[in-house]
Amino acid sequence: MIEWQTFRNQVIYGDFLQFLSGGSARCDTRVVEHDAVNALRGLALLLLVQIAGEGLTRVLNLPFPGPVMGLVLLLIALHWAWIREPVAAIAEMLLAHLSLLFVPVGVGVITHLQLVSQFGWKLLLVIVLSTWIGLAVTALALRRLLRSDSADSEHP
Amino acid sequence: MNDFVQLWVYLSTTPLFGLTATLVTYVLAATVYDRLNRAPWANPVLWSVICIGGVLLATATPYPTYFAGAQFVHVLLGPAVVALGWPLWQRRSEVKKRWLAITCAALIGGIAAGGSAVAIAWALDMPTEVVRSLASKSVTAPVAMGIAERVGGVPALAAVFAVLTGLVGAMSGKYVFDALGIKSWATRGFALGTAAHGIGAARALQVHADAGAYGGIALGLQVLLSAVLIPLLFRWFS
Repeated sequence: MIEWQTFRNQVIYGDFLQFLSGGSARCDTRVVEHDAVNALRGLALLLLVQIAGEGLTRVLNLPFPGPVMGLVLLLIALHWAWIREPVAAIAEMLLAHLSLLFVPVGVGVITHLQLVSQFGWKLLLVIVLSTWIGLAVTALALRRLLRSDSADSEHP
Repeated sequence: MNDFVQLWVYLSTTPLFGLTATLVTYVLAATVYDRLNRAPWANPVLWSVICIGGVLLATATPYPTYFAGAQFVHVLLGPAVVALGWPLWQRRSEVKKRWLAITCAALIGGIAAGGSAVAIAWALDMPTEVVRSLASKSVTAPVAMGIAERVGGVPALAAVFAVLTGLVGAMSGKYVFDALGIKSWATRGFALGTAAHGIGAARALQVHADAGAYGGIALGLQVLLSAVLIPLLFRWFS
């Protein structure tokens, strides 16, 4: 019984509490409720900003996707202090579990198995090589441009 | 037994199935990933995709049936892209101070990743729509789909390439950086966010806070830059 509770607290609530309370798992229900309300408000704000972005790109016929315009609008909107707390709550929650959001698209690979098997090693070669080139070039360029690689050397 | 089959057939056609399968599989995969000290090969996205994809193929469940439920997770990608504004805003003083270096690195890295993909695919004589779908492979999936649409690629293919790129980056980044002697967490995170978008940035966040912050900045920048530049480049060259 106790084991199950510990498991439940760690696996199901632990993670949730941790990002809701911004770092440490506090068990004060009022704090959690407040943060949960904030996250909900933040989600509503993000959706409003995204819709505004989608609308703006369509009306002005801009060459980039709606959520990207939403990102720009959010940066402008963050100048208002009251918007920050709710946005912080939901942004930390969404970004902490960002990889989950890629699972539905990723499973879509099964609809293209024919293509993947048709080009098999070629496709793999293109993706692996270009990703390594991208990683290496970005890292080397930034190190060159910042020249601060030695400044923070806490890496073991 | 027959009852069980009927129950399965019923359950697998409700949206509840896709949503539950996605969340349960991911939570389990993430727990295993944590237990294995977040080893690169134990990436939770990779194993969730393999498990769910395997079940769908084995039970001959069509992807749209699964997606009817999984779309509730998928829709959140839009607000997540908007939410990238938060880490950018939070580190605005750092970004302002180093904006030139950061923007240049994001541009150079993005061009190297997308350009090399297009060049290698072209050299290997792959079909035009595949080559065009590869251009946006270093941009996070929802934006990659939007870009592919605009440059004459296939959105679904672009999304698959983006996910594969993210996985390759998240799983091999450590070895690439170690081989090159890149020690700074900020630089490692920034490169992951630039070349391996959301999945790379998520990996950076799991490894180190500095890496995660710079991964988020790179991801936001990459989205902004590529969404504007890739369609422009294709307009000039075609």
